This record gives sequence, structure tokens and C-alpha cells, in this order.
Amino acid sequence: MDIELLSLITEEGRRVPNEILDPWVTDVDTGQLADLYQDMVVIRRIDAEATALQRQGELALWPPLLGQEAAQIGSGRALRADDFVFSSYREHGVAYCRGVGLDDLVRVWRGNTFSGWNPFAVNMAVPQVIIGAQTLHATGYALGIQHDGADAAAIAYFGDGATSQGDVNEAMVFAASFQAPVIFFCQNNHWAISEPVGLQAHAPLAGRAAGFGIPALRVDGNDVLAVLAATRIALDRARAGGGPSYIEAVTYRMGPHTTADDPTRYRDANELEDWAAKDPIDRVAALLESEGMLTPELQAEVAAAADAAAQGLRAGCLGLHDPVPMDVFTHVYAAPHSELDRQRASYEGYLASFEAVGSEGNS
Amino acid sequence: MSVLTFGQAINAGLRKAMDQDPKVVLMGEDIGKLGGVFRITDGLQKDFGAHRVIDTPLAEAGILGTAVGLAYRGYRPVVEIQFDGFVYPAFDQIVCQVAKLHYRTRGAVSMPLTIRVPFGGGIGSPEHHSESPEAYFTHTSGLRVISVSNPQDAYTMIQQAIASNDPVVFFEPKRRYHTKGEVDEEAELSTALPMGRARVAVEGTDATLVTYGPLVPTALDAATAALDDGVSLEVIDLRSLSPLDYEPLVASVRKTGRLVIAHEAAQSGGLGAEIAAGITERCFEYLEAPPIRVTGFDIPYPPSKLETHHLPDLDRILDGVDHVLGRPYAFRAQEAGA
Ligand SMILES: Cc1ncc(C[n+]2csc(CCOP(=O)(O)OP(=O)(O)O)c2C)c(N)n1
Ligand SMILES: [Mg+2]
Repeated sequence: MDIELLSLITEEGRRVPNEILDPWVTDVDTGQLADLYQDMVVIRRIDAEATALQRQGELALWPPLLGQEAAQIGSGRALRADDFVFSSYREHGVAYCRGVGLDDLVRVWRGNTFSGWNPFAVNMAVPQVIIGAQTLHATGYALGIQHDGADAAAIAYFGDGATSQGDVNEAMVFAASFQAPVIFFCQNNHWAISEPVGLQAHAPLAGRAAGFGIPALRVDGNDVLAVLAATRIALDRARAGGGPSYIEAVTYRMGPHTTADDPTRYRDANELEDWAAKDPIDRVAALLESEGMLTPELQAEVAAAADAAAQGLRAGCLGLHDPVPMDVFTHVYAAPHSELDRQRASYEGYLASFEAVGSEGNS
Repeated sequence: MSVLTFGQAINAGLRKAMDQDPKVVLMGEDIGKLGGVFRITDGLQKDFGAHRVIDTPLAEAGILGTAVGLAYRGYRPVVEIQFDGFVYPAFDQIVCQVAKLHYRTRGAVSMPLTIRVPFGGGIGSPEHHSESPEAYFTHTSGLRVISVSNPQDAYTMIQQAIASNDPVVFFEPKRRYHTKGEVDEEAELSTALPMGRARVAVEGTDATLVTYGPLVPTALDAATAALDDGVSLEVIDLRSLSPLDYEPLVASVRKTGRLVIAHEAAQSGGLGAEIAAGITERCFEYLEAPPIRVTGFDIPYPPSKLETHHLPDLDRILDGVDHVLGRPYAFRAQEAGA
């Protein structure tokens, strides 16, 4: 089975026509393209800074998005404020588009908390670690939108590996059965830790959707314009009552799975080189250049924005307050729970006994 | 004797089991080229081939379900669950199929699966990577449940688990993977202490401290510290969580009259409750004090910056020992609150 890979900007940075995608990006002028370019440069810089913070012991772990900037910015910028995102752990670029604060991006990875932000403040759920679980949540949220008669959409981000999970397949069944306004946005970055995508699927992942009765597009995930267009198509369908869509954004995980991973154990350096030539940012830079837009002023502006983001991230990270011990007991339940309350009181007394010993020693 | 880390010991045990029985196959996520995220299966795919060390698609229910099919066909699947928190998608297959097939088929079908689960906290991991789910499995009839605490047991017991005709859930304390210890690789399985038996790790006379898996080294430290304080602790490493081996426990409590049970898992409905009940039934007239549980709290495993406030440590265990000895203690489990 062969499914066409749709694109609007080639690897070399040439704008090419595509009859499916073109109508959806007629409004995107070079100014807007420059904005997308800036977003991608900034998020790459944020990602690099977070990786550095992990190396310096300031973060416990970080899952880099390097290489997936176009897939995340292109789709993230297509969304409306009242749409709702259910993501995995790698969608820092999408979170950035939603307006998540820089310190909030790293709160979880510093080990301070399990939620960097309040989901309802930015209409983006807490990132999901359990592979694929969020696709069902997105579908359920979309059913709620449908019941409410609203024209918003839910979007689920997940990886190529996740497509093997039962949850993801069940989500697609539910979405199709109820024609829920949900988008299944699969970033096929070719790897699930050490497992190549070929282990999860013998045919293009986009091809699965047809079996569920869900229309699908397969786009060059390193082409920010193509991703933007494809997401707009899916959003429009959802808003118009046309039900779910599936997008396979074909991209590549240029970095390790997380900062704890060593990809040299399982993948070829050649593969990395091949994909470096398809870089999502370079091609937009080349396109802007050819249009005479990559001026020194623009470059300075983009660099300044990236620097500011990196500094903001670092300052935000280092400025996070450590959680207090008794936090372990808060929010387990919404209402008092007698057993947990008893344990909390015991532990409070226990901790206080150390302070008592300490102050005795001082006197 | 060789000196191996905990992880290397399991690797060596797996290798030996695979050498001896061609029906032993390994299944899991990233266990091939990568050797697993903890490198426990390092080198095994290279040596035994991709048909015996199988990188599976990313689906835990799929892994367990297909392992059931392989067992039907006469294989002995050894499944690696990447982290404790990812066993739950497979829970249905484990509880409804793996645990029950022997009973359901009146013994015609056996399920000689080994389900390896790196478990417990203490390594600063993100969410879902530090769970202690053992009680879900000890509560499930049809499963044997093991938790090993040192390289020698890891080496021997992984082989015993694989040789078992019952399904075994094998909990490996991930924070101890790098602990080194002497391992006798020539030891015969037939003469080794059976998998279902507990072991007295340290003999003592004043109080009994029973635990398993990751807290055994902490308990040994507690025994050393207590001795400095003039208290002789007997430490029992349970090894088997289902069945529980009451023989050494009962003998110990009859001697000491005092019992402290420690585990990382939450307290309510946990193994500590089961052991306290079992010992109270068997040793009521010998007990000088109520058994005390020193455990994790009844909370979801907390963010890593707070994990030391959840995990029982040396101080909390010694405080529990003080409690059963009738000495001043700080964690007033019974009196506090309602
Ligand atoms: C249920 C479950 N099983 C296993 C894991 C361990 N794990 C974390 S990420 C990952 C690979 C995911 O690959 P993919 O879906 O392609 O997403 P990517 O990491 O490439 O973004 C695995 C196996 C997990 N988090 N949850
Ligand atoms: Mg992937």
C-alpha cells in the first residue's frame, strides 16, 4: 500500500503546489511564514536549553523534540484557543503554542510536580506518559463538545509506537462510531525508543485510518506549511460535523528518546545524516531567503527571541520552589479521607519530632 | 564465584535458562538491540537470535496475550514489562487469562510464564515509573509472586521462576540493579533454596523485621544500626510474596515476640496487612506488642523531589522497631487523627 506524502515546501526550500493542501494556506504570506520560522527556532532553542539543564543536573529527565519542530508548530498554530489538546510527553512545541509558561514547561521534568500547568488555563491536558491513553481522552472530550453543540475540536498527539496500543485503536473505533470532532495526530518520528516504526506497522500508518472509516492525510512532518494545511483540513471537518480525521506527520526523532537514552546502541548514523538534510527549519530559511525575506533584521529578531526564551527557561527552571514534604498528601482526594488524614497527621508528628530533637540540641 | 551486579545476575540466569531449554523465549519492548532500558537482556538477542529474544510492538496487553498463546503451544515465555507502571494495560490478560487457565482447564493447560517487572521507587523517575503493584498480584489466585533482593537470589530465582509450571510475577527492585554481590553460577537449582521459601537474612532475638525486594538492604542496615543501640534484630527476606512462607516467620516471632513489617507499597490492603493478620493468627499468645507496619503512604507515588517522604527509610524502620520494643517513638500511627 502506497499513500502519497503531501508537501508544500521541499527539502531544498522550494514552494511546490499541492491541490489538496494549497487552498488551506492561501492566507499565509511570507510574514506569517517568518512567524512560523521564528516559532520553530525558538522551540528548538528551548529544547536545547532544557537538554543542557538536564545535563547540568537541574532537570531529572528531558524528552527532546529535536527534528519535530514543524510537526508541532504547524499543527499547534492551526488550533483555536477553545480547541483542546491531549498530548504525549514530547509535545513541548505544542505546549508553547498553547501559551504554556517557560517555567511550566520544565516543572514536571525537574521532579517538582506531575502537572506543569492547569489544563483549563491553556486548554491542553497534562502530558501523558502512559502510551496512547490520551487518544481515548481526546475522543471523550470531543464527544462532550459534540453534546454541547460547540464547534471546537479535540486533538490527540501520539507517536508511531503508540499506534500499537489497544487504547489508540479503541479511540478510533469510538471516534468513528460517534463521528466525534477529534483529530488523531500521529507524529511518526520513526522510532519508539529503540524500536523502528517497521516493527509497529508493515504499511504506512496513515493507511490504518481507512479501516476505521476515518479519513487520513499523510504529510511531510518536516514541512510546517503542509502540517498547518493538513491540520486546518481536519479542524474544518471537525467543526462542520464531519467527524474524526487522522494525520500522519512523517518526521524524525533527531535526538535520543530521552536524555537517559543512548541511540548509538541501536541506530545508524547514516539515517541521522539523511534526515539532517530534511531539516524543518533549514528549508523554511531557504524559502524565506529565496523570497528575499531572510533579512539581517529578521535574523536578529529571531535570534533575540530564541535567546530570550532560553534565558527565560533557565531562570524559570532555577527559580522553581521545591515542593514541601506535606505536599505528598494533598489532592489525593477531593474530600477528606479518614485513613489518609490519619497518615498525614502521623507523618507531620514524625517530622516535627526531628525538629524537636534539633532544637533541643541547640539549646 | 563471580561478582555480578543485580542486573548482570538476572542476565546470567536468563542466559542459562535459555541455554538449557529451547522453549524459553524472551519478549518485551526494547529488549533486543538495546538490551532493555535497564540492559537486563544485554547481548541475549545477539547470542540467541531475534526469534528467541523478541522485540515486541508497543502493546503490553498484546505481549501478555501472545505469551498466553505461545504457552498454549508449549513455549515458556519470559516477558519483560519495561516499568512497573506499564503492567496495567496487561492486567486483564494476567488476571483473567494467565492466572486462571490452569484452573479453568482442570490442569490441561499450564501457563509457565515469567513476568519480569522492575518495580519500586528511589531512582528519581517521572510518573508511572516507581510503582509497587505487588499486592494486586498477590491478591490474584493462580499467580506466584516473587521479589528478589540480592544478585545470588536474582540469578537462582529467575531460573526457578522460568522452570515453574505456574505463572510467576517476578518483581525486580530497580533501584538495586547496580548493587554488586557474589554469585555462584555453578550452583545447582535442585539444591538451591526453593523459590517459595523465605530466608532469615540476619539472626536476632529482640524483634523481627520482615521485608522483601528493595528494602532488604535497608533492613540489613537497620539491623546493624540497632545493634549499636543494643538491640538485636532478626531480619527476614520474604523472597516469595505468594505463597508467603510462614515457617521462619512464625519461628522468629515466637522467639522475639515483636514484629515490624516494611514495604514501599501503600499500606491499606497491602502485604503488611496480610502478614500481620497471618502472624496474629499463628502467634497471638507470643506477641508482646501489636505488629507494626512501616510502609509507603496511601498516596499515588509522588513526584521525584518528594519520594524520600514516601519511601520508608532507615529512620522510619528504626522508629517502628522502637515502637514494638515499647521505647519512645515518633511515628504515632495508631493514635494520630480519627
Ligand atoms: C504503556 C506504556 N508502555 C511503555 C512505556 C515506555 N515507553 C515510553 S516512551 C516509549 C516509546 C514511545 O514511542 P512513540 O509512541 O513512537 O513516541 P515517541 O517517544 O517516539 O515520541 C515507550 C515504550 C510507556 N510509557 N507506557
Ligand atoms: Mg516515535
